[in-house]
Amino acid sequence: MKTEQPIVLQIKKIVNEASKIKTFIFDYRLDSEPGQFINLWIPRFDEKPFSISYQDDKKFAVTVACIGPFTEKMCSLKEGDLVGIRGPYGKSFNLKGKNIVLVGGGCGCGPLAFLADEAVKKKINVNFIIGARTKDALLFLERMKKSNIKTFVTTDDGSFGVKGFATDLLKDFLEKNHIDAVYSCGPEKMMKKVAEMCKNKKIYCELSLERYMKCGFGICGQCCMDDSGFRVCTDGPIIQGEEALKLKEFGDYRRDASGKKVKL
Amino acid sequence: MLSTKLCGIKLDNPTILASGILGVTASSLINAANNGAGAVTTKSISLEERKGHSNPVIVTFEGGMINAVGLSSPGIENGIEEVKEFKKRSKTPIIASIFASKTAEFGEAAKRISEAKPDLIEVNISCPNVEAEFGKLFAADAKVAASVTEIVKNSTKIPVFVKLSPNVSNIKEIAKAVEAAGADGITAVNTAGPGMVIDIKTAKPILHNKMGGISGAALRPIAVRCVYDIYETVKIPIIGTGGITNGRDAVEMLMAGATAVGIGSGVYYRGIDVFKKVCSEIEEFMKKEGYKNLKEIIGKAHEN
Repeated sequence: MKTEQPIVLQIKKIVNEASKIKTFIFDYRLDSEPGQFINLWIPRFDEKPFSISYQDDKKFAVTVACIGPFTEKMCSLKEGDLVGIRGPYGKSFNLKGKNIVLVGGGCGCGPLAFLADEAVKKKINVNFIIGARTKDALLFLERMKKSNIKTFVTTDDGSFGVKGFATDLLKDFLEKNHIDAVYSCGPEKMMKKVAEMCKNKKIYCELSLERYMKCGFGICGQCCMDDSGFRVCTDGPIIQGEEALKLKEFGDYRRDASGKKVKL
Repeated sequence: MLSTKLCGIKLDNPTILASGILGVTASSLINAANNGAGAVTTKSISLEERKGHSNPVIVTFEGGMINAVGLSSPGIENGIEEVKEFKKRSKTPIIASIFASKTAEFGEAAKRISEAKPDLIEVNISCPNVEAEFGKLFAADAKVAASVTEIVKNSTKIPVFVKLSPNVSNIKEIAKAVEAAGADGITAVNTAGPGMVIDIKTAKPILHNKMGGISGAALRPIAVRCVYDIYETVKIPIIGTGGITNGRDAVEMLMAGATAVGIGSGVYYRGIDVFKKVCSEIEEFMKKEGYKNLKEIIGKAHEN
């Protein structure tokens, strides 16, 4: 009988991806789909959800930015240390058409890199707009290039690629090319712009939402969004752009661990 | 066919979203109502804002679920807003669950939440997950349970249900005491245990709180027995809660004496539309067995 108990795994390998961003690789066949997440458990410390950033028949990985108490703790772990995983949970991305654009901001590039790998296997032409604050925070550029994925880099400060936001590049892209679908993960305000652009141009679009989660499997109610009560953990985290725009709190506010509203 | 009444409040069907499940926001409660719940219960609201325990807060095992969310609450002001928002957007009856760490605070919480005009107030004196913080359960002592009930009753005109714990040696005594103190109904029961699941590879308890309240299949026969005992002891209505996942379980609980049934972990086992599913299964049973209304079923297990 399936139970929601963590499977404890050794961290096989840790890769320094960028400044304060690490990828943790596990020797375990996860069988997840791009966009799904796992709950990562540090025994006696805490547990948080993370998207899968890489997967093959024998391995999977999550990519973590060390920005808070949990991720700092995670980043202090070493190869060989034990952590638990629960999942994979949630809905995955749906690949549509022959020519797609991925728009990633910061660590949001993680699930998109996994999606890009799957799209290439299906012979879909992938254009990946990788957004980062600075050159030091840039993710997966070499990995994507190796897979012959067309990459376009934007940095907020212009330290690498085009200076500006990923959405500026997307706007340009959608005007000059025939695009079948757009997939985005990153800061919510960025994703909202992506969703609005795609809606205006009638282009299929999917996003990956993030909300405070406790259980991860649809019962605690902590990640539910206004007004529909959309459960990010089970109804999401992947959502169609137009559906996301109908959620009152999308791009505006979220709820914290107590359930109190917090402005984004 | 499935309608039932709690203290004059009509429910279209006897399934109620139990406290602690999907009950953080008005939107989520409405989602449960749209999926067939005859009434919904908020997650317990306290005067002060509380974050609850760190994760993991819920783990499942072969016999059900163990949780220790630790009574996270957005605080009374935000709680009032969510209940008001629900009332604005839905006609489904809403039960506001409240809890406090001191007897006097229960009165204040009841008074404040009444501003939002919930249909019922449920007093959670039986959460097993914060004992380290608050000491012994209010629900473990008949006198304490009665004094909380009395204070809440004196603080509101809205009907008051008191939620009891199965983790007592004599639940009849507690039920009698809260009825005598003025309770309008009883919710039975909160989670059992507490229980613990240890990960054997790391030799560490999985729940951050180490232990948590048991719900689901393992709780059901205990809950049925508690409701059966309470029904024999008091005249006030009972919401029977504990491990109900299908129509058979619901009918069993009604036969034990419940006027309505709470569903919590069933949302995990059968999806958010568990309410619709359970209702159609109850109806199917009733048609097959020739029952015309729930009154014919409620308490039927007490007939000789």
